[in-house]
Amino acid sequence: MAESTLTAEGSRRAQVPVGSRGRARGLSDRAVLLLFITPTLVLLLAINIFPLIWNIVLSFTNYRANQPGREIKWIGLRNYERLLGSEDIWGYLQVTAHFVCWSIFFQVLIGFSLAWLLNRQFRGHAFWTTVIVLPMMLSPAVVGTFWTYLFQPQSGIFNYIVNFFIDAGDFSMIGDVALAPWTIVIVDTWMWTPFVMLICLAGLRSIPEYIYEAAEVDGASPWRQFWTITVPMVLPFLMLAVLFRAIENFKMFDMVVELTSGGPGSTTELASINLKREAFESWKTGYSAAFATILFVTVFGAANIYVKFLNQVKKR
Amino acid sequence: MKRFLKRGPWENAACVVIALGVFMLMQPFSMWLFSHSFVVILTGTLGFVVVSHFPEGEDG
Repeated sequence: MAESTLTAEGSRRAQVPVGSRGRARGLSDRAVLLLFITPTLVLLLAINIFPLIWNIVLSFTNYRANQPGREIKWIGLRNYERLLGSEDIWGYLQVTAHFVCWSIFFQVLIGFSLAWLLNRQFRGHAFWTTVIVLPMMLSPAVVGTFWTYLFQPQSGIFNYIVNFFIDAGDFSMIGDVALAPWTIVIVDTWMWTPFVMLICLAGLRSIPEYIYEAAEVDGASPWRQFWTITVPMVLPFLMLAVLFRAIENFKMFDMVVELTSGGPGSTTELASINLKREAFESWKTGYSAAFATILFVTVFGAANIYVKFLNQVKKR
Repeated sequence: MKRFLKRGPWENAACVVIALGVFMLMQPFSMWLFSHSFVVILTGTLGFVVVSHFPEGEDG
């Protein structure tokens, strides 16, 4: 009897449309949907979208954050004209380009080599993978600080190791105009090579074994297998790693500030470091807002390429 | 018209324009290229946003 009542109740419920069933309980499906989405949307608007729009608006003004009573004048594109006509800004972007290009080159070279070795599944490879990945887990500020000690000319271990192999005498990696740009490349490579290695390792492990077996049956040499199977199959993963690191390094700030503070002179002053100086030391808020907009559009454009590659990898 | 407005090739073209703009921004050869880089990046980026709404081609 009870069973037949339940069945009747179930069939009645099945006949009621979804929307009206929701209303009968208090809230419609649409209302529940909005209830869940609204806090996220509000947070996104307040934390991301509003500051972005406000930054773009400020970039067309002469606003200075340290002079709140001063009249704010609309100056049009003058901040952009000054920025894109400045040889100093051009120089900072070249320093950034040097840092981005060389650090990515070494990270790809070493990262792919390490992934190639770790993919061999030798004894203890899991342990070595964990050891290699450790630098990536540290805070960039901490990495910057302790590498300043390692680079000390008198007591730093870096100079000791270099002098062990070649007699270079007392030299300061951080203090030398020619060596300082390479200092930030070395430290960034040390820290982020494991990231590239992990992505390459994922790519290498996704290659089915039977492709290599078929190549061996066809008599392909290991060298030919590497260039015709391994490299093309890992290339999309490698491209992703490169784009991801390029975007991250373009925005690099904390590690370099702790390591060199942009010096000596402005040899390691990246665009992001100069932006911070213009905004919070010179208090040229409108000018630095324009600079931030230029960097944002550049990173946003690069991110579009990144998303396009990501979609291509997903389709594979 | 539909055959002309395929997403894939236009997205590739926008990516090339963005990459060209980024190169112009950071190259050490010409101040003129640097001065015009932002316009190129902006054109590429806005172009990408527009063409990413085009329909997919038949081959995906």
